[in-house]
Amino acid sequence: MTPVLEFLQAIPYDQILIQTVNGIVTGMILALIASGLTLIFGIMDVVNFAHGELFMFGAYMGVVVLAATGSFWLALLLATLIVALIGAALQITTLRPLIGRDPLTTILATFGISLVMQNYALWQFGPVARKIQEPFTGQFTLFYLEYPWYRVLIAGLSAAIIGAFWLFLKYGTYGIWIRATTQDRVMAEAMGIPVSWVYTTVFAIGAGMAAASGVLFGPLVGVNHAMGLDWVLKAFIVVVVGGMGNLGGSIAASIFISLLEAYASIWVSPAQAVIVSFVVLILTLLFRPTGLFVPTPK
Amino acid sequence: MNKRSTTIYWTGFSVILALLIVAPLVLSEFWSRFLTEILIWGLLAMSSDILIGYTGMVSFGHSAFFGLGMYGAAAALLMVRPPNLWLAIVYGLIGSAGIALFVAYFSTRLRDIYFAITTLIFSQIFYVIIFTWTDLTGGENGLTFSRPALGIPGLFSVPFSSETLHWFVLAVVTASYLILRRITQSPFGMVLQSIRENEGRTRAIGYAVERYKIVAVMLSGLFAGLAGVLYAIQNRFAAPDFVYFLVSGETVIFNVMGGIGTLVGPIVGAAFFLLLRETFSRFFTEFYLIPVGAIFIAMVIFMPQGLLGFMRRWLNQ
Repeated sequence: MTPVLEFLQAIPYDQILIQTVNGIVTGMILALIASGLTLIFGIMDVVNFAHGELFMFGAYMGVVVLAATGSFWLALLLATLIVALIGAALQITTLRPLIGRDPLTTILATFGISLVMQNYALWQFGPVARKIQEPFTGQFTLFYLEYPWYRVLIAGLSAAIIGAFWLFLKYGTYGIWIRATTQDRVMAEAMGIPVSWVYTTVFAIGAGMAAASGVLFGPLVGVNHAMGLDWVLKAFIVVVVGGMGNLGGSIAASIFISLLEAYASIWVSPAQAVIVSFVVLILTLLFRPTGLFVPTPK
Repeated sequence: MNKRSTTIYWTGFSVILALLIVAPLVLSEFWSRFLTEILIWGLLAMSSDILIGYTGMVSFGHSAFFGLGMYGAAAALLMVRPPNLWLAIVYGLIGSAGIALFVAYFSTRLRDIYFAITTLIFSQIFYVIIFTWTDLTGGENGLTFSRPALGIPGLFSVPFSSETLHWFVLAVVTASYLILRRITQSPFGMVLQSIRENEGRTRAIGYAVERYKIVAVMLSGLFAGLAGVLYAIQNRFAAPDFVYFLVSGETVIFNVMGGIGTLVGPIVGAAFFLLLRETFSRFFTEFYLIPVGAIFIAMVIFMPQGLLGFMRRWLNQ
């Protein structure tokens, strides 16, 4: 029994608890990004490579509005709206002509968009990371750490946004239009639903959600032009692990993967902890290609 | 192909080859180096055309094969004294083929976007490993080494000049092109194309589709690794930047710009992309990807056949 006891004593419980909180916070941010991505995929069959750049643009819009008005909440709101409009414009100009073509062409087009947006941000804002000031700086004690309340607030706000969006999908008239389009595009069109505008709206909502998470996440790390890349990869992983087009699944997968990465980074560096989520993705694709959280694989 | 078009094809091939041979003697140092680079990136693009154009699988992970070719060459050039060119090629090919087998085994079970995402994730795994394993790979700084001499052991050995390097690269790329062309026209290549057209039916006829796909990915990875070795020899360094997925993205861009499923198209695409980069770098400095990206998006929408397909249709009118 001694080796088992020694092993149990060697587990750093306090660190694990802290990392659990961290994992849930990043998981909620990730869920906010990924739910837009999975929605866009589920409804439009578009693999949006530019999603990380919309996230990054949201963070920069937050920086700009915050500098102009000084209000974090106004920045959050305006950045979301501006990026949603940008998203709608992008969808109309580049993705609408591709409707009906191979979904792979949408990867190419959105990859092009992401290159343009990323370099535009570098050109416009320069390579130096910007900082968004947190709206308040209270802390509470978690073991030996002073844990900022703001992080907890992020998780709550993300959950609230996702929840509101879910209610909208479930009960709102336009939400019902969106769900009808997902189920049967042709039938929805026959019922008089303007499908191409539903697509535009969905893309705009996804873009807005990515922007909101960009602003919320801004205070934790610096805002720079390359911040979208890491997140879009993670969001892809989450969307595949959770099941493409499955909102609940991608939220569960976001938290699952963020927790795994948080635990892994107790022992290895955060850069290497990413590999854990890569491995989860590959295992999922091999054994449950429709996603971990889908009740009955089709 | 009938006899007349065969004659036209080989005439065109010889003329272009002759022009490329003479080029370094006529062009300035800068442009001849530029041409060599086009050939190397063209080889990389051509290798991924086997997957994109002939088998119908879009790989977003070619940077892994290219990068492993580079690091394989680096290993041979740093560990073996005196540095040997052929050993560098062998090491690079072993490296990329090993990785390709690993990636192929897992990723070929999936199709379409899932294949694209899996290859992308695999290349990121290798990127993270190479980036963080500083002792072996030099981490962020990469590895630098000296260029080996061009020679055949026991016969002769001369250091590379920019002309001989160009001719060497040209010879390798031409040989690869002829081999790949032969492969795509062989029965094996026909099976790959039937997988692209209708996978279920190919399986129903009795072909082991998975095995063909694995071989296709390995073949593609092998030639991508060769391109990596050439690039390492030309630039005398190996860096993690070349394993990053942006390189894979550029490879796909080359293919789409030039025209997929043509083998020559990707080389044209690489030339077009590098020329665009060169032109726009003059006005936009390092932000050249803004206009180039916009042109790429426009080409995806309006010119899905790429430059070569567009030209072909225009000539037929």
